[in-house]
Amino acid sequence: MLTLENVSYRYAGALRPSLREVTMTLRDGEIVGVVGPSEAGKSTLCLVAAGLAPRTVGGSLTGRTLLDGAESMSLAMYEMAARIGIGFENPGTQLSGVTVTVYEEVAFGPMNLGVARGEVVARTEAALRTLHIEDLSARDPARLSGGQQQLVAIAGLLAMAPAHLVLDEPTAQLDPAGTQLVSAAITTLARSGRSILIAEHKTDLLASVCDRVVALESGRVVLEGAAGAVLGDPRLRELGVSEPSAIRIRRLAAESGLRSGILEEALAAPATSL
Amino acid sequence: MVGGLLGPALLGVAAVLVPAYVAGVLRALIRTALLLTLPIAISVLLVNIFFFPGGRDVLIRVGPIAATREGLGFALEILARILAISGAITLYGLTTPPSTLVIDLERRGVSPRLAFVANASVQAVPAMVERATQITAAQRARGLDTEGGLLRRIRGIVPIVGPVILGSIAEVEERTMALEARAFTRPGKRTLLWWPPDSQPQTLARWGLLLALAALMAARIAGVLR
Repeated sequence: MLTLENVSYRYAGALRPSLREVTMTLRDGEIVGVVGPSEAGKSTLCLVAAGLAPRTVGGSLTGRTLLDGAESMSLAMYEMAARIGIGFENPGTQLSGVTVTVYEEVAFGPMNLGVARGEVVARTEAALRTLHIEDLSARDPARLSGGQQQLVAIAGLLAMAPAHLVLDEPTAQLDPAGTQLVSAAITTLARSGRSILIAEHKTDLLASVCDRVVALESGRVVLEGAAGAVLGDPRLRELGVSEPSAIRIRRLAAESGLRSGILEEALAAPATSL
Repeated sequence: MVGGLLGPALLGVAAVLVPAYVAGVLRALIRTALLLTLPIAISVLLVNIFFFPGGRDVLIRVGPIAATREGLGFALEILARILAISGAITLYGLTTPPSTLVIDLERRGVSPRLAFVANASVQAVPAMVERATQITAAQRARGLDTEGGLLRRIRGIVPIVGPVILGSIAEVEERTMALEARAFTRPGKRTLLWWPPDSQPQTLARWGLLLALAALMAARIAGVLR
């Protein structure tokens, strides 16, 4: 379980804090989405949750972050890395830059953790399979498209087998098919007991995978609750966050007086893409 | 005395050409080594053939300057040494991928961080070139003139070099975080997935080369080689 208690965080040299008195809990097996306009503090929340801020980024933090009951700051970064993985928006900078094949890139994390070679191989192959990128194994990671690199970066996180996962815009460079792969992987991981925090603009993705959603504005939590309730809250649009397609269609249909039964039948049909 | 042209020529054949043939890179080696050596070879030949201080036996006279037999001999000697050196470097480059070298160094106890720095430095070069190409294209699309006279070209470098360097620096923080998040800072040995095979003939060759180096140095000191 990941817990943030009254956490405020200010980057070094910044006039205002980027996070203000944030309190939230991420339970095992739970998927929590984070939405908000630009500069609301979504990425900062991810960095704080993963223990990188202020440890690596600098700045000052007040409040407490607890990882499975232990103070995050009491754990060394490599101990944090074994428990909580973080993926960033830009896949290019997440790659190690020293591997010549995707297979080695995905294996980089577990190799650093010093797990047995057989286990590294098993984890790497399982991660590649989960995201259906086995055919990229022999390719040079630097020569992949942005979307492919994003999948490789996420596979690299999965291979570390962390109990908690923080994903900052994990599908920013992905097409609908890639987004669906990530969505399916997230759901599978949560079913196996992992807790997942996702900061994401694609509210359709959040609507399909999240149990709860937190909305941030100027570093504060302004909405929090069940995914359906928060993503359907009209205040979300006022924050500049687009509502999920299904909610938008329902709203537009209601506004134009369309009979709701027809629409509900259409929306109840299985989705083919996000 | 063994030396002059014969020494470096023998060394070039035994330590460069034969191993290159065995490794199947002989053709690539000759092409690359010659290309690398060409500019310096031309200057060495011209300077020594025409301006060798002790030259007496004139081969050909071009106006006030003369090409001498002694100059030609000395130039060929120097050229043979340069070719042996550039051949050895090229052979190393053609047969040893940097990542393989780094993995083997790490296996032999070199710190993973040091190995990472060495590897990342090599791998960063193509990435920087690609970034520079993209920025050049973007700047040209915005009207930057990178062709024409020398001054205009120099002026065009600034808007390209700036973003290349600043962009690389900006990436450093995120890369550092990504490495931290992948347990790179964990103390102790990393698990290695593979390492280059080290056969008995390779071990023997390494020791043989080391002994040969010592023998050559001793011969040089003793005056057998010049």
